[in-house]
Amino acid sequence: MVDLVLSPADPSRLAKPARRPAGRSVTSEPVWLRITLICLSLALLTVLLFAPLLAVFAQALQEGIGSALESLADPDAHSAIRLTLITAAFAVPLNAVFGLAAAWAIAKFDFRGKAFLITLIDLPFSVSPVVAGLCFVLLFGANSGIGGWFVANGIPIVFAVPGIVLATMFVTFPFVARELIPIMEEQGRAEEEAALTLGASGWRMFRTVTLPNVRWALLYGVLLCNARAMGEFGAVAVVSGRIRGETTTMPLMIEMFYNEYMPVAAFTLAALLALLGLVTLAAKSLLEWRHGGELAAAARRH
Amino acid sequence: MHIEVEELAKEFGATTALLPVSVSIPSGALIALLGPSGSGKTTLLRILGGLEFPTSGRVLFDGQDATGLSVQERRAGFVFQHYALFKHMTVFENIAYGLRARPKSSRPTAPEIDRRVNKLLGLIQLPDIGGRYPAQLSGGQRQRVALARALAIEPRMLLLDEPFGALDARVRKELRTGLREIHDQTGLTTIFVTHDQDEAMELADLVVVMSMGRIEQVGTPKEIRGRPATRFVAEFIDA
Repeated sequence: MVDLVLSPADPSRLAKPARRPAGRSVTSEPVWLRITLICLSLALLTVLLFAPLLAVFAQALQEGIGSALESLADPDAHSAIRLTLITAAFAVPLNAVFGLAAAWAIAKFDFRGKAFLITLIDLPFSVSPVVAGLCFVLLFGANSGIGGWFVANGIPIVFAVPGIVLATMFVTFPFVARELIPIMEEQGRAEEEAALTLGASGWRMFRTVTLPNVRWALLYGVLLCNARAMGEFGAVAVVSGRIRGETTTMPLMIEMFYNEYMPVAAFTLAALLALLGLVTLAAKSLLEWRHGGELAAAARRH
Repeated sequence: MHIEVEELAKEFGATTALLPVSVSIPSGALIALLGPSGSGKTTLLRILGGLEFPTSGRVLFDGQDATGLSVQERRAGFVFQHYALFKHMTVFENIAYGLRARPKSSRPTAPEIDRRVNKLLGLIQLPDIGGRYPAQLSGGQRQRVALARALAIEPRMLLLDEPFGALDARVRKELRTGLREIHDQTGLTTIFVTHDQDEAMELADLVVVMSMGRIEQVGTPKEIRGRPATRFVAEFIDA
């Protein structure tokens, strides 16, 4: 909506026709309508996005910055921050590798069951995270065959870090692949074939041609994946068992603090999580600004 | 290098791209594969370059069976239709790519790579563009860089897929002469694909006319003009 108003009018349309005032393109609306629509969007943006974000920070700082920082020193908060960072550190690189492999297979090769694979990659978008979490509990819980074996061998999955990482990976799986598939499809195979005819091995081709061609889209996908991985609540809530100080990630800890009438602790942790998200968003915007053209192909699909 | 194509056929799933075709390409010749789209000419070129593998038939290089040779082992200088230059590398890096991709034992030293790339830039008459990126070049310049990149690996043959297709008429004429000169200087067996009969007739020593996966006629431009072997050839070169 905002785009429509800000974009410069098409010059070919400006030349004529006589009855249209100069500076107005055929596709733009009358002034009163434009102003109304802009105001409406701004109001919605304020209520839905800016106000809540400001409220979080305001609540966190209601007793001063001192007590906010003090609440972060709480060992439970500490452990939650550490667990969230550990989870992201496992889930994001693994999903980057799997996403890259899946996107490569889908974009550059034709095979039976390709449509099915694409649907499978999208599955986490359509399945509720809570359902996904429950599936993991059923599959890897101590009562199941696989889960029992893991527990017997001293690596419990459910109610432990491996389960949290698995659930997070499930939820964030589509981000990297979805970002890369359109870009890789658009680029085709010619450059890769050229590398091969010049004597490059498959691995060298991948390293020197395929990867550099998608590097910005890959980074963009990783950033989105990371933001989601740190913020995941539903699936993790189910598989983690919410053991305080052990299997509680930042989003879970925030809810606990809140339910225990510790608003400063809850909102400070929430502000920190929001801040991590904002940094990711800033990095993403910087990327878009610097490499807009390369990312446009992917953006069109979102 | 002498190339012998024996009963070569290619199917993609249910569609037949190439019926069994045979042709003999003499060493050092400049050959045009001429035909409308869908005639199988690009498929034949890609099989020669090792980018596709035939369903049946054989390819011989200097009498040696090369049918199963991998794309890297073939050492065919391939110029792609839209040149497929590496966008994120400079012209210099593009041309040096094949030399740097060689195994350590046979890789030239950095100063040697430098010398060879500059020599090739001289050959394509663009000595000063080494530091530029492909996006900063004109269509004609890109084509010549792609040619230099293919020549850098000291290929045994030169394969070009519609090398003039993406260029405007004036540049096209100029580069035709350029390709002829480079062919005469290097003496490489050179095969190019085209749908433009003027281009084929003017440039090639030998023209292979193709249609619907078949070879209709092989001959010098004069023979094809004078005695078209089939009705298709007569109509196609008249058009």
